[in-house]
Parts: sequence; structure tokens; C-alpha cells
Amino acid sequence: MAGKTVTRADLAESVFRKVGLSRTESAELVETVLDEICAAIVRGETVKLSSFATFQVRDKNERIGRNPKTGEEVPISPRRVMTFKASNVLKQRILKAHAQRKAKLKPQNPAS
Amino acid sequence: MIKSELVQIVAARNPHLYHRDVENIVNAVLDEITDALAAGNRVELRGFGAFSVKNRPSRSGRNPRTGDSVFVEEKWVPFFKTGKELRERLNPGQPDLGDSD
Repeated sequence: MAGKTVTRADLAESVFRKVGLSRTESAELVETVLDEICAAIVRGETVKLSSFATFQVRDKNERIGRNPKTGEEVPISPRRVMTFKASNVLKQRILKAHAQRKAKLKPQNPAS
Repeated sequence: MIKSELVQIVAARNPHLYHRDVENIVNAVLDEITDALAAGNRVELRGFGAFSVKNRPSRSGRNPRTGDSVFVEEKWVPFFKTGKELRERLNPGQPDLGDSD
């Protein structure tokens, strides 16, 4: 159940199974898809993948941070950060799957 | 950029593929990530970032309008941590502070 880490290889395997390209080409296409998403984000574009998520770049002003170890104050330079906003479809999928798993673990009405 | 534009860009780079195949490829990638998260797994894509699911324990919240105390169910929410390489590409020439946001 939980604990597995999915990587590029698994994404390529899925493309291989579903689309029927060679394994090599499947891996290349997964790479292209991820590359193009990254490139758009780096250009500062919002990437909206419907029923999955939205990736957005936000500008952060300079602010004062603190070194948690020494308590020393240090300025954090202005920077760009990416924010991830999961779509409602993705959130509901995850909630439902976990609720179902939980229901299986402890049945409400144990059969006698 | 929206999904159809992503499909178009990838299709333009792969003129030997049918447009519909490229659509299926993009969907296969997103579906695989979605399925993994639904199964409670982590998805780690070096250079891009890592998707995971975080547990939010049940708590007692309050209706802000009435002040009534309400029970809020335990939740699982998708979470994404930007990868180091992407963080550096967003801020070229700057020291990377690790976790940010």
C-alpha cells in the first residue's frame, strides 16, 4: 500500500503500457513533458493542468529571516518561488481513496 | 500554459506522433501521479520536485460566523515540494536556501 516511491521509470512504464510506444521512446516523452512544464514555469508562466493541478510562480520580496541555530538575523534576498495548487478533482480522489482504505481496515458492521 | 498547449508543444517536437497519442501520453503521466498519490505513495521527479500526501489529523474547528465548535474530520492533502534544480533555475545566481515558500 503506502511507502512506495514512484519515479520517472514508472511514468515511462505507464506510457509504454497505455500508448504502445517503445520503452525508450516512452521514457523520452515523459522527459519532454516534464521539461516543457518546467520551462513554462521558469518563463514565469502559470501552468494549469485541468483535473490535476496548477503551478504558479510567485515573487517574494526581501524579508528578514533568522538562522534557527544561532538566532542570527539574516536578510533573505527577493526570489521567485513556485506554488502548487491541487485541483478539486485530485483532492477528492485522494480523500476518497483514503476513506475507502480506512473503511476496509475497520469494518463498521462486522459480519457475524 | 494549459494542458492543450502542453500537448501542442510536445506534439510539435514529435511530428511523427499522432496528436491523440500525445494527449494520451500527457494524460498517462498525470494519471500515474494521481493514482500513486491516491494509493498513498510518493512521486519523486528529480529536477522537478516531489509529490506526496500529508495527513491532517482531525481537530475541533469553529464556525467563524456563529462561534460554534465543530468537529473537522481527518484529511489527506496532496503536497508538492519544488526540486532543487527547479528552484535554482527560478533564481539563477542566488544561493539556494533549501525549503522555501
